[in-house]
Amino acid sequence: MHNPRPGLPEFDYVRPASLSEASRFLAEHQGEARPFMGGTDTFVRMRDGFWKEKYIVDVKRLDGMGDITFDPSTGLTIGAAVNMNRVIDSPEVQEHYPLLAEAAKTVASFQLRSRATIVGNICNASPAGDTIGACIVMGGVLKVHGLDGEREVPLTGFFVGPGKTVLKPGDIVTAIRFPVLPQGHAGRYIKLGRNALSDLAIVGVTAFAYPDDTPSGYRFKLALASVAPVPLVPEKAEEILTGKPITDETIAEAAQAAMDACNPIDDVRGSARYRKYMVRNLTRRAVTDVLNRLQ
Amino acid sequence: MSEFVSVNVTINGKEYQALVEARTLLSDFLRHDLGLTGTHVGCEHGVCGACTVLLDGEPVRSCLMFAAQVDGHEITTVEGLGTPEKMHPLQEAFQEAHGLQCGFCTPGFLMSLVPFLEENPNPTDEEIREAISGNLCRCTGYYHIIDAVKLAAKKMAAK
Ligand SMILES: Cc1cc2nc3c(=O)[nH]c(=O)nc-3n(C[C@H](O)[C@H](O)[C@H](O)COP(=O)(O)OP(=O)(O)OC[C@H]3O[C@@H](n4cnc5c(N)ncnc54)[C@H](O)[C@@H]3O)c2cc1C
Ligand code: FES
Ligand code: FES
Repeated sequence: MHNPRPGLPEFDYVRPASLSEASRFLAEHQGEARPFMGGTDTFVRMRDGFWKEKYIVDVKRLDGMGDITFDPSTGLTIGAAVNMNRVIDSPEVQEHYPLLAEAAKTVASFQLRSRATIVGNICNASPAGDTIGACIVMGGVLKVHGLDGEREVPLTGFFVGPGKTVLKPGDIVTAIRFPVLPQGHAGRYIKLGRNALSDLAIVGVTAFAYPDDTPSGYRFKLALASVAPVPLVPEKAEEILTGKPITDETIAEAAQAAMDACNPIDDVRGSARYRKYMVRNLTRRAVTDVLNRLQ
Repeated sequence: MSEFVSVNVTINGKEYQALVEARTLLSDFLRHDLGLTGTHVGCEHGVCGACTVLLDGEPVRSCLMFAAQVDGHEITTVEGLGTPEKMHPLQEAFQEAHGLQCGFCTPGFLMSLVPFLEENPNPTDEEIREAISGNLCRCTGYYHIIDAVKLAAKKMAAK
């Protein structure tokens, strides 16, 4: 039986001296060791007895995990341990990747965001993760340190199911990297919560576009939160917005396609049916806002 | 048996050295090990904000951190804010504007608002609402808290 207040299980707090040591430790203790960043998901899951790790592995202080760097020719790199308030406050993020700051601002409260990280939001792989959509539409790529050293893992195909990703035992995400974005881009994240602040998304819609040589004059990217087992990219809706001249009808057609693409559940925050209609309405609104920002 | 972790931490300007179990929450460490019971504990899930303390000047949930994590850092709790004889202007304002009733939530509000007012000496109502959105109060209905923050901003500007 699940005990709602078991207190925390016993575990050891491990602080490896290097990434190789951390990867080896995690792989050797597969299923009983977990890395963490802000711990805002991890500690709650442990307290509620869902996770019973024997070791929690603090990798926050290792090489480059705490840095945020921007290079006009290669783009933005955010170390895994950088908390969301730092991302929101970063002048480079505000100037070149404002959608990321807009999405991060919707996560919980200021006090939560002084611990919570973008990489933790991604690795937690909740379909409700508020920053995941922005990371997907802006082409985010994870830098991962594993048993065989460093590699890059794109977000496309990263999510396998609720809480499940393609990461392997021993893998540690060290940073997320974004390319330089196309000239004139604009984005919007609309989160529908039970209240204006501090709750998980009932539905979240991310829209992003930039001018391009297409029938609509734009290339559109969309991502939907809390409407499927994984963060969802409604490709058909993207194609409609890219492949036809933009009119109210095109936007309505794309919003309908986004609604048809999703497969939400009923839960305490809202019914599946309500979520579907909200996806349609909020997609229409988010796309309209993006078009206004593109002007 | 899990191993003990050694922690060196400065709390309210005073240095502490302790051996803690890895699973000891920062909130429990403050309250049970050090007797600093001004930090309150409500939900223990990061939602209510009662346990908010400053970690190197930033407001954090002490129920979502382990004591082991604050090794080498600085913590400020409500005990470090003022004394009954010499209250912080924000504490005075809460008293004068009736920003509290039972007072359970108050330490968390204060610790969220101190850094907020330092960065925003002259906040709008909207900014205040956003700043306290991570703290729950079951008594006041929040209006008096907003009044208290505005009064505190005035008091602090006059200093
Ligand atoms: C009160 C409360 C409110 C919340 N509100 C929101 C909200 O509004 N929106 C939202 O999206 N989320 C919300 N969350 C969830 C959570 O805060 C976010 O998902 C946050 O971004 C997680 O980041 P973290 O650094 O704390 O993750 P952690 O808890 O440190 O890690 C989360 C998961 O990712 C894994 N992981 C972390 N870092 C790495 C790494 N470097 N490599 C490999 N795996 C890793 C961990 O093993 C764990 O499984 C809320 C949580 C709480 C407690
Ligand atoms: S007790 Fe920490 S947020 Fe409620
Ligand atoms: S004064 Fe009682 S909970 Fe806020």
